[in-house]
Amino acid sequence: MPLLQDRKGVSHHPALILGLLALPAGIVFLAFFLLPMVRLVLIGASGEEGAAAYLSMLTTPRHLESMIATVLLSLGVTLTALAISTVAGVFLVRHRFPGRAALVSLLTFPLAFPGVVIGFLVILLAGRQGLVGQVAQFLTGNKLVFAYSMAGLFVGYLYFSIPRVILTVMAAAEKLDPRLEEAARSLGAAPWRIVADIILPALKPGLIASGAICFATSMGAFGTAFTLATNIDVLPMTIYTEFTLSANIAGAASLSVILGLVTWAALALARSFSGSTVAASG
Amino acid sequence: MPTEKTAITLTACGKTFADGTRALQPIDFTIAGGETVVLLGPSGCGKTTLLRIIAGLEAPDRGGRVLFNGEDVTARPIERRQVGMVFQSYALFPNMSVRQNVAYGLKVRRVPRDERSRRVEETLGMMQITELGARRIDQLSGGQRQRVALARAIAVRPRILLLDEPLTALDALLRDRLRVELDSLLRDLGITAVYVTHDQAEAMALGDRVAVMSAGRIEQVGAPRDIYHTPATDFVADFIGTMNRVPASALAAWEGNAGDAVLFRPEDAEIVSGEGAHLRGRVASSLFLGDRTRLVLESDGLQPIIVDTGHRGTIQVGEEVAVRLKPDRLIPLPATGGESNPC
Repeated sequence: MPLLQDRKGVSHHPALILGLLALPAGIVFLAFFLLPMVRLVLIGASGEEGAAAYLSMLTTPRHLESMIATVLLSLGVTLTALAISTVAGVFLVRHRFPGRAALVSLLTFPLAFPGVVIGFLVILLAGRQGLVGQVAQFLTGNKLVFAYSMAGLFVGYLYFSIPRVILTVMAAAEKLDPRLEEAARSLGAAPWRIVADIILPALKPGLIASGAICFATSMGAFGTAFTLATNIDVLPMTIYTEFTLSANIAGAASLSVILGLVTWAALALARSFSGSTVAASG
Repeated sequence: MPTEKTAITLTACGKTFADGTRALQPIDFTIAGGETVVLLGPSGCGKTTLLRIIAGLEAPDRGGRVLFNGEDVTARPIERRQVGMVFQSYALFPNMSVRQNVAYGLKVRRVPRDERSRRVEETLGMMQITELGARRIDQLSGGQRQRVALARAIAVRPRILLLDEPLTALDALLRDRLRVELDSLLRDLGITAVYVTHDQAEAMALGDRVAVMSAGRIEQVGAPRDIYHTPATDFVADFIGTMNRVPASALAAWEGNAGDAVLFRPEDAEIVSGEGAHLRGRVASSLFLGDRTRLVLESDGLQPIIVDTGHRGTIQVGEEVAVRLKPDRLIPLPATGGESNPC
């Protein structure tokens, strides 16, 4: 009888149960997100210049250049990855050919590589002894080396971005109703119009979501940049330099916070765009 | 709508899919301008494939030709055939409003803005969906979606209207209402229409002619009345309506041919007191349908016999009854084994 009452008693307080259930999540959030973030923000303001360190982006040209380079690179990589993955993803969903399953599973291969390996692959391709250089020397007499430039970073970032985007695109393209395209064709729509009016609007939520992940990953990528960036500064590299070589811990922390904020703002912008779209399937 | 009505001629249109499946035997078929033809058959009989060949979504096998008013359009893609299509799943564009959906074909054809919006409003009015114009597609009911799909197809004033099971996804009550509306719409438009369905009630109500299909071939083409009363093949006899099949040898006091089977509809037999009866059977089940009662009779050595009766008295299950056929209402026996020549 007391047991029954106990049960009854608890069931009258759903808020309490919810609170108990939310406790682990709350602890994790507090310990691994909120506390380190607050600490990072505080450290960022603890240097000689104090909170003014957060304005270093404006006062130190090197930092501003590094930020602009990182944003432009990430944006370029994201847009290119979206374009390539959309064409390839829709093709892979629409066509059945021998070896298709093997190809699709191979596409996810680069997901397992750390950035260093990807940097190494870019050097093998476009480094001083690279394939591109040798072919170019054979054809034109000039050795083409771009592994250690922005172009090299671009190729490396693109390489690890495409698998992330293409899987999302393929999932969205599977759900496309072929009748929609047939209806558009019966109304006289040319192929480019069907892409613009039917296929892209249907893929849009998936493209925005995977584009956002691709952008954030590129903004924070370090391993590839560390392997390749001898002449160029992307923001994660600048943070590393400030932290290890200059022992400017406050500067590194403030740059980290700004990197996080810029990326977060870009993702929020993307999310507000996708909020206005209607998921187009069935 | 165009004053010139488009006739459709198919010659030797067969379809074999890439995996070797024969979906359609080579078919010759002519549909007159302004006529509504219903392709009726069970799933997998090739009716949708035939529709898609007319639409231009599938190409017929080599040698097959599709002609609109005598002009060969076989090589012309659907974009340039000027056909309107309505799908079972409606296939409305989810990223556009109702009005944008209906306007899409006109926009693609670069109809000037004024003319476009005038025709869109006119079409919405004709389908009685003017007040839905600004709605999103996911805010519409099934019946409303079907009206929008029809409006979108006819707004461009197509030469031919092709409908692929347009009412199948709707519930029975709505289906009946929309069927009546669709019938009067097709008559008002006077447009050549090809309508695919597996529902014989729809086929009977809508078709000027009905083509009954089975296993990739057309079994019979004719007015609904002819299909019902004089089926050309065994398949048509069994597929359309309910049919009783009794060997003539099982009938008492039968004056007709004693050799073959006798075919009759449930409504063409009556329960009699015993005099002049052709058959006797025990009532296995009795289903009261309001205007009539459907009895299933069992008789030794025969398949169950279905009889509709307007008899007001109660007939109990298990009771022995006598049945009299109406000799003038018997269905002529289809030529068995003979090749049907539908056209």
